[in-house]
Amino acid sequence: MIHANGKSVYRGIAVGPIVVLKKDDGQVKRRKAEDPEAEINRVNAAVKQAQEQLADLYEKAVKEVGESNAAIFDIHQMMLEDEDYLDAIYNTIRTEFVNAEYAVAVTGDNFSEMFAGMDDEYMKARAADIKDISIRLGKCLSGQSNGGFESEEPAIIVADDLTPSETVQLDKEKILAFVTVHGSTNSHTAILARMMNIPALIGVPINLEEVETGMQAVVDGFEGEVIFEPTDDILECANAKMQEEQEKQNLLKSLKGKENVTLDGRKINIYANIGSVSDIGYVLENDASGIGLFRSEFLYLGKSDFPTEEEQFQAYKQAVQTMAGKKVIVRTLDIGADKKADYFELGKEENPAMGYRAIRICLKQPEIFKTQLRALLRAAVYGNISIMYPMIISTEEVKRIFEIVKAVQEELDNDGIPYKLPEQGIMIETPAAVMISDELAELVDFFSIGTNDLTQYTLAIDRQNEKLDEFYNPHHKAILKMIRIVADNAHKCGKWVGICGELGADLTLTKEFVRMGIDELSVAPSMVLKLRKVIREMDISSD
Amino acid sequence: MKKFEYVIKDELGIHARPAGLLIKEAKKYESKITLSKDGKSVEATKLIAVMGMAIKCGQTVEVEISGNDEDAAFDGMKAFFEANL
Repeated sequence: MIHANGKSVYRGIAVGPIVVLKKDDGQVKRRKAEDPEAEINRVNAAVKQAQEQLADLYEKAVKEVGESNAAIFDIHQMMLEDEDYLDAIYNTIRTEFVNAEYAVAVTGDNFSEMFAGMDDEYMKARAADIKDISIRLGKCLSGQSNGGFESEEPAIIVADDLTPSETVQLDKEKILAFVTVHGSTNSHTAILARMMNIPALIGVPINLEEVETGMQAVVDGFEGEVIFEPTDDILECANAKMQEEQEKQNLLKSLKGKENVTLDGRKINIYANIGSVSDIGYVLENDASGIGLFRSEFLYLGKSDFPTEEEQFQAYKQAVQTMAGKKVIVRTLDIGADKKADYFELGKEENPAMGYRAIRICLKQPEIFKTQLRALLRAAVYGNISIMYPMIISTEEVKRIFEIVKAVQEELDNDGIPYKLPEQGIMIETPAAVMISDELAELVDFFSIGTNDLTQYTLAIDRQNEKLDEFYNPHHKAILKMIRIVADNAHKCGKWVGICGELGADLTLTKEFVRMGIDELSVAPSMVLKLRKVIREMDISSD
Repeated sequence: MKKFEYVIKDELGIHARPAGLLIKEAKKYESKITLSKDGKSVEATKLIAVMGMAIKCGQTVEVEISGNDEDAAFDGMKAFFEANL
């Protein structure tokens, strides 16, 4: 039994025989070329042949993994036309009087070293693309085929590293998993593995001489481990885990595209919480009907200065366009407490959770707030955006916000910039807001209950403090009562109400929330379909 | 000769795919188009060189265009940056 760990790029389990793909040693012989121009003609012919292969690969990849993931083969074709790359090959041939194969290999090494030396992980991973095209060119020159592996039955591919073209050339039906010694999570192989839903481990420190084709292995993408020649116990355990996972996946797949409706016909919206534009992929993958909480802090954190209006506008615009008409609720700046950025110069506070944060910063420093509002109003032209204000405790605050929004509208009118005034709601996350939710409901379009802060403020328990765990009860009656009060007050005014805190994803409370008439639950993308399942199996007419 | 500056907004910077699109756009014009960042310049028609600049989100690039069709190239490149980067 050989056991090794690596980085998992897709969470799944595979059990089966392995196929070890060994590269030929790659040693290219240096020969003296009497006629450099003849070698250059060979290079040009090989480039043409490689281009044709890549065009075919592109077509294959578009069908299997979609256009945006296939684009890499388009890039490979362009790299092969790159003047600098070709000139380097030609010059090597002309000045050193060497054969085409050698010139291609040397040039490929030089260019891929340039990328490998960059301080950017993404660009480092591009070294593999240069190697890939150089190897392809080398094979075209020497007349070798670029074929993948041949296997009768589905197998786990074990290799030193796989180039993107090797990955796509493999027959998908015959692959159970990938295990590679090298590679990065940014490599196209990793990206493709995720797209193909195949367990993949990379950076696994194994000696390829110690494993051989035909051995049994277990790849566990949850634990990031691979076991060659597993014992019967491990095998049995893995098979059980695999079956369980399969059932779960099938179930979830069968729920995609279905309505969130109870057996007795009550409908509820399930939206997703996200923290950056790049999370939108998960939202769509998990079939959420909208984004219920788009934390805008990502635009501010990890920066050295305030994000510009244009930067914010682009991010919001991209989000609403990607969501194509589905609702995107953006929470305005909620910085302070545990989320800080130096340039805000917030200073140290005795009690930051109750300190200078969120809407308080926005009202005291309206210039920061206005920039965000301008970006949001402009982005509203491109899709279905809603704005949500955090940490509200009074009607006066809401009125002050609306005055600022009005000023922003006037500015935009004067500048002749197109905008739309979106739906505006508030977070209910302080006991004060709960108590006056009847008055607040008259002012705003919707409520979203932030249960994390609401619980902390209501129970007076700091959730970061482990000593308090025994006192902390997330299902405390006080909280549930408050949620009911807020829901009733919203509905009395004909406004909708959602929950975007952790309680929203608590499956033991879903039934109670539906009974209260909660209109929307916003949860982590991975929880959307689980919640849908619970709702579709629920009947509240009998109780 | 015409030129403009642009602050990259794409989260990933000029990574492989937009670099590819950029090169295709630049090749449409007869004018010579160069990209500069921090005193380093490359021709916008050279994919590997453009990727080699490792231009990241938030960085400013200068695009310089000179040639017979520089007006069209200026408008085209500007629109391309705004729409894709």
